[in-house]
Amino acid sequence: MYVAVKGGEKAIENAHAWLAEERRGAIDVAELSLAQIREQLSLAVNRVMAEGSLFDPDLAALAIKQARGDLIEAIFLIRAYRTTLPRFGYSVPVETGKMACDRRISATFKDAPGGQVLGPTFDYTHRLLDFKLAAEGEVASAPEALPRTNPTPHITEFLTGEGIIQDEPPSDATPGDLTREPMEFPSNRPLRLQSLTRGDEGFVLGMAYSTQRGYARNHAFVGELRIGKVEVQMDIPELGFAIDIGEIELTECETVNQFKGSKTEPPQFTRGYGLVFGQSERKSIAMALVDRALRWKELGEDNMGAPAQDEEFVLSHADNIQATGFLEHIKLPHYVDFQSELELVRKLRREAEERVTMKEAAE
Amino acid sequence: MAENSDISAEARRTWMGLLARVPHDALEDAWTKAALSPKFEWLRRPEVGGVMIQGRTGGTGAPFNLGEMTVTRCSLALQSGPIGHGYVQGRSKSAAEIAALVDALMQTGSADQVKDRVIDPLMRQMNDTKSARAAKAAATKVEFFTMVRGEDT
Repeated sequence: MYVAVKGGEKAIENAHAWLAEERRGAIDVAELSLAQIREQLSLAVNRVMAEGSLFDPDLAALAIKQARGDLIEAIFLIRAYRTTLPRFGYSVPVETGKMACDRRISATFKDAPGGQVLGPTFDYTHRLLDFKLAAEGEVASAPEALPRTNPTPHITEFLTGEGIIQDEPPSDATPGDLTREPMEFPSNRPLRLQSLTRGDEGFVLGMAYSTQRGYARNHAFVGELRIGKVEVQMDIPELGFAIDIGEIELTECETVNQFKGSKTEPPQFTRGYGLVFGQSERKSIAMALVDRALRWKELGEDNMGAPAQDEEFVLSHADNIQATGFLEHIKLPHYVDFQSELELVRKLRREAEERVTMKEAAE
Repeated sequence: MAENSDISAEARRTWMGLLARVPHDALEDAWTKAALSPKFEWLRRPEVGGVMIQGRTGGTGAPFNLGEMTVTRCSLALQSGPIGHGYVQGRSKSAAEIAALVDALMQTGSADQVKDRVIDPLMRQMNDTKSARAAKAAATKVEFFTMVRGEDT
């Protein structure tokens, strides 16, 4: 039996009014503008874009403001908005080899052509709170040097010639699209990458860390990490050619993994791949490690039974909007469900007591 | 439908790509300064939509869907005939309208004027922004030097 219960409208309305007031905070403190969030909390904006799966910094800033800084709530708002947009089409695959790099490092090749470019990184900071930021002040402009004009080549290019690293031959296969069809298992690498790039950073990080600690260990090095802008092109039917329709910031990570060879593959280095919207370095490294762990079958590796090798486990739990939707629904009214549980437990207790009484009587 | 076969696809690709990528306020500023107000009719009013961006596995392999971006597009015809298409990143109907008007005007006798007042300044602005970032990146390039270690013999 389902019993509909009415009431609570007034309470809900008042709760939302209070939410709006709490969101604003103390009114003697200046209100945040969207531009301030976009410019000064840009890594939060990037995370919302990556996991919301929509590149639009202004919308992500709005979502963060509306969600009071709760990034999963903000991602939820972006996902909901995304579904209202008509789909104009699919882009031409972006060429990360032509990226205008702000940052580009390799942990494997010191003298990589194009160099080790640190970019605006937290690395090598001392992680000491900087109390100067608590006071307002001018920031000195960053030093400049002669800019590089040529594109920075991918580091793996230099190894593929030797055949010592597994190749990624180009293809024009049409990938599946999670926003159109739900995930089915067994899956394939393009779908796994789509799922991981919009997956929860904390979850993907935890899964990646588990592989480093020994659950499906695959000895990853960061062959290359690059952050910068790439142009996005799309074919325009009315023109008959492709044009740039925008420019986005991406973080790309390629891991180089030790591989002793298997029944099907010779000893060589293998690769894991991470590509994420915005400056999202931790997420992109984690994505590459998990991608590599999930490739055990195609590389003929053993299934160690590790969680990070189980694509159904990983991909079914990576999405924080699905997860939070199911998790948080249990706080909503379940009065009727619970009433029947309550009656069941009372009945079981009664029966148990009766059995004890009968047993005592018999003795 | 092939339009305006006398204009090279490469040239049009360049200006349309620029109009799509420049910040909306820069585009609106440049357009206001150009003080042009051609008469036109809508073929497709501005609409905001999403484009699914693709990447490639390993940077070079099979395509996969990375996530969407917002795009605003429209099409219009000048009273004198030429058709302009506007595609801009993000959600700005006014920027898409300006992009379409510039695209159309670049196919007319006013092309030189529009190039001079809108396209060229925007191109310079984009290049300046880009090279300023590249210059800052270059300043963070590591210059390795090797310490010689070991016994003197």
